[in-house]
Amino acid sequence: MFYRENGQFKTTYAADQQIFPITQDRWAVLAIVAFAFIGVPLLVDEYMFRAILIPFVILALAALGVNILVGYCGQISLGSGAFMAVGAYAAYNTFIRIEGMPLILALLSGGLFATLVGMLFGIPSLRVKGLYLAVATLAAQFFCDWAFLRISWFTNNTSSGSVSVSNLQVFGWNIETPLHKYLFCLAILVLFGLLAKNLVRGAIGREWMAIRDMDVAAAVIGIRPMYAKLSAFAVSSFIVGVAGALWAFVHLGSWEPAAFSVDRSFQLLFMVIIGGMGSIMGSFFGAAFIVVLPIFLNQFLPLLGDMVGVEISTAAISHAELMVFGALIVWFLIVEPHGLARLWSVGKQKLRLWPFPH
Amino acid sequence: MGFFLETLLGGLMAGMLYSLVALGFVLIFKASGVFNFAQGAMVLFAALAMARFAEWIPGWTGIANPVAATVLAFVLAGAVMFVLAWLVEFLVLRHLVNQEGATLLMATLGIAYFLEGLGQTLFGSDIYSIDIGMPKDPIFVLDSVFQGGILVNKEDLIAAAIAAGLVALLTLFFQKTATGRALRAVADDHQAAQSVGIPLARIWVIVWCVAGVVALVAGMIWGSKLGVQFSLATVALRALPVIILGGLTSVPGAIIGGLIIGVGEKLSEVYIGPLVGGGIEIWFAYMLALVFLLFRPQGLFGEKIIDRV
Repeated sequence: MFYRENGQFKTTYAADQQIFPITQDRWAVLAIVAFAFIGVPLLVDEYMFRAILIPFVILALAALGVNILVGYCGQISLGSGAFMAVGAYAAYNTFIRIEGMPLILALLSGGLFATLVGMLFGIPSLRVKGLYLAVATLAAQFFCDWAFLRISWFTNNTSSGSVSVSNLQVFGWNIETPLHKYLFCLAILVLFGLLAKNLVRGAIGREWMAIRDMDVAAAVIGIRPMYAKLSAFAVSSFIVGVAGALWAFVHLGSWEPAAFSVDRSFQLLFMVIIGGMGSIMGSFFGAAFIVVLPIFLNQFLPLLGDMVGVEISTAAISHAELMVFGALIVWFLIVEPHGLARLWSVGKQKLRLWPFPH
Repeated sequence: MGFFLETLLGGLMAGMLYSLVALGFVLIFKASGVFNFAQGAMVLFAALAMARFAEWIPGWTGIANPVAATVLAFVLAGAVMFVLAWLVEFLVLRHLVNQEGATLLMATLGIAYFLEGLGQTLFGSDIYSIDIGMPKDPIFVLDSVFQGGILVNKEDLIAAAIAAGLVALLTLFFQKTATGRALRAVADDHQAAQSVGIPLARIWVIVWCVAGVVALVAGMIWGSKLGVQFSLATVALRALPVIILGGLTSVPGAIIGGLIIGVGEKLSEVYIGPLVGGGIEIWFAYMLALVFLLFRPQGLFGEKIIDRV
């Protein structure tokens, strides 16, 4: 009733091709963005920012990047954590080594270096595919883990191996409080979200999807696999690199290589699976789900334990977390391989017909 | 020279252990096309089960003899792995028939997480020890050829012997029994195998059972060397370059790949490591496999990849 497109006639190609062709969608997205910028800061306290919202925004950005590579181009990558690390450390080095480096430029340089490394490790994808590639990208992960731990130049020769940044500033605006951090990351997320959405519906996005669906057939109809695959690696690692830089600079402040271990790579992959492969929206859902689930379990399991009179230890909670994660991944793959984003679009489809199911 | 040989030998022994884990991967991939990321979790699970059963059995049954208790624990843990194999087939694989390799890979990642959680919930998350009575003291060989001789761990020798025995057994099983033939048929072509009356579901259960037993043996040997703890699950990550190098579908590939990776790792760590700060073992193995892949994408013994539109 409220979600109906009757009477919305498209009279120009531009109108037909726009990102959100349905008026209600357009307004809804605008309203959500406005709410995220204005409403959320009014409603939420500092703990929520720190524990949920900032991690969610940054990880959603990273998941967006991974989704481009895994979901749109079909190249399974288990090295996303490494690209985040490259982004973080490259941004750190440009930030402290170059006098008066603006934060934005430092973040972008993080993305740039991640792009280079990503393309370097993407080269095997031209020869090897699928499962072999998944293992090949692990090489990136272990190499980066090692490099940032052992090569002290990257960490500016700090003795402890952990590095930190302070005095973050954008155009004279100090990023200090959690609210500022949230707004800053959100702005970047919105920008990249828009960018990614446009990329994947353009020519390059269709090339990626053709490669994903069947690369030999795509090559036959004139898509250059090298160009398509390497560009997917490049765009994906750029976004992941920026997300890594944000994670290190804004969320953590001081960090060590363990922040970007292989577990982070798996986590990002899970976000993409649970959220929905090949869906921009899905990246947000996946990130929200994976950020909130552990916090929820941490609160809920002790309560449940109290009810049945069992004391639940923190170790038990972390084991339960693993089990719930594992079970959910399998469950999603079996029941809804397209993830939460699919449920979302099914819901919209139903709404269009509501209240009559036909 | 003596030191070089010692390193080489150490690499070969380590490689043998990697091949044991890699074998589990290859078996499952061969027969069902599933790249089983959960193999490491299975090794951990099996080792945990065995370590704890060996501890509990004297209390349950009153068997005081440690040898009998260990054997019983091994059998029990094997039974647990059988049940696990059946559950995996029943709950997961059955619903994912005809899905892409990538989907199956991620499903096994899910299984891996689940098993890590379940294993530690059921059996505890401390460090446990498995004692299968392997002699720990090293021996010296070739005293007369080199000064001081070469140091060899008896434990490693026995482990290598067990691994070799297991491989021989598996080869016999694959080549000589009807079940083995059926497994190879399924590996070649699912549909053709089904059409001549080979029950796919049962074959999968058998394969996962075998992989479970291999995991148990690997877990037992690794566990008695390093102690049973969570880090055992990461042994699988060490074994991945092995199967990449050897080829996903080849049992001999897993063995030879394991030996190459083991030797490469140890030699690089000893001779290149000090130049760049050490700790390069794990990524060196991956890089070795990666470079190799660029020249031979199917691995050393893998089947040639043919693309059809």
